[in-house]
Amino acid sequence: MKGNTANVGIVIVSHSPLVAKGTADMVRQMVGDTVPLSWCGGNSEGGLGTNATGILAAIEAAWSDHGVAVFVDLGGAETNSEMAIEMLGESRSGMVAICNAPIVEGAVIAAAEASGGASLAKVVATAEELSPS
Amino acid sequence: MVKSHEGRLPSLQTDRELVLGLIEACHEAIVIHADDLCELDRAIGDGDHGTNMRRGCEAVYLDRERLGSLPLPQAIETIGMTLVMSVGGASGPLYGTLLIEIGRRLGTRDEADFATILGEAIDAVARRGRALAGDKTLLDVLYPVQTEMARQSALINIAKRAEVSARLTAEMKAMRGRASFLGDRSIGHVDPGASSCALLTTAICRYLREYRPA
Repeated sequence: MKGNTANVGIVIVSHSPLVAKGTADMVRQMVGDTVPLSWCGGNSEGGLGTNATGILAAIEAAWSDHGVAVFVDLGGAETNSEMAIEMLGESRSGMVAICNAPIVEGAVIAAAEASGGASLAKVVATAEELSPS
Repeated sequence: MVKSHEGRLPSLQTDRELVLGLIEACHEAIVIHADDLCELDRAIGDGDHGTNMRRGCEAVYLDRERLGSLPLPQAIETIGMTLVMSVGGASGPLYGTLLIEIGRRLGTRDEADFATILGEAIDAVARRGRALAGDKTLLDVLYPVQTEMARQSALINIAKRAEVSARLTAEMKAMRGRASFLGDRSIGHVDPGASSCALLTTAICRYLREYRPA
């Protein structure tokens, strides 16, 4: 994806490569190729963990000029995602949002919303409705 | 030139020997204690803190020749970025933020003393982790260390304060990170991040006490 899609991109970040890929598979089944989608799971050695470099690459891969919604599992996934977003630089970091939502349900419902051309704010809000406030 | 005497901190200037010495001291401390850190993390977390910290320190150690050629502020900032990229857990962005913020401030703020710079960098770590003092994190070592530095305490006392502070986290209930899932059951265990922070502080203080610039 080169950012010329009209739809918001989705990135899935889990400590486990299997969870990240499995979630991405479920998203793909739902929305096909209509939404830029990428995932990152595991540390730099392939074990359980998260790494900012991989997350940065995943955001680049799912880049959309309409924005990217990121779904994370546990603490380090969020912290490393924040670092990766900062590394994008000021002009693009404001176009990426980490969603406070369950990773699987959040990513699937966000992708469904994104596939209809919704804005980043709407995609994020729809996913975050899943979380008890 | 950097001066070190009476156990005080040297003024921080470009110094290849200092950068290499600090990298080696920190690397050694983490490699020796990696298993202990994993053991602490198994009790209240996911058991990988020692492995993660060792991975980060190995990455820095392998890059030490290049780092030694950089001005000190840039070397510290680059080490921070390397930790972010290599650690593979939440401690990467936390230690990374600490060093990146220190490096950037050292590079741009000649007038500020190191304790002030450290204090601001610790505040940035707190924001990154959305944690406060008393939440049973590395902040519970960093803040007391900063207090000692602001008082211009001797290096040996800074190290002692770090070690005592890490032990005191055993009495705290974890409010952030995976240990917080355990609630009250986190009480009685030393926080792994606080422990690695004390190990690194001690290693740095020991190195600086023995450091004599050429």
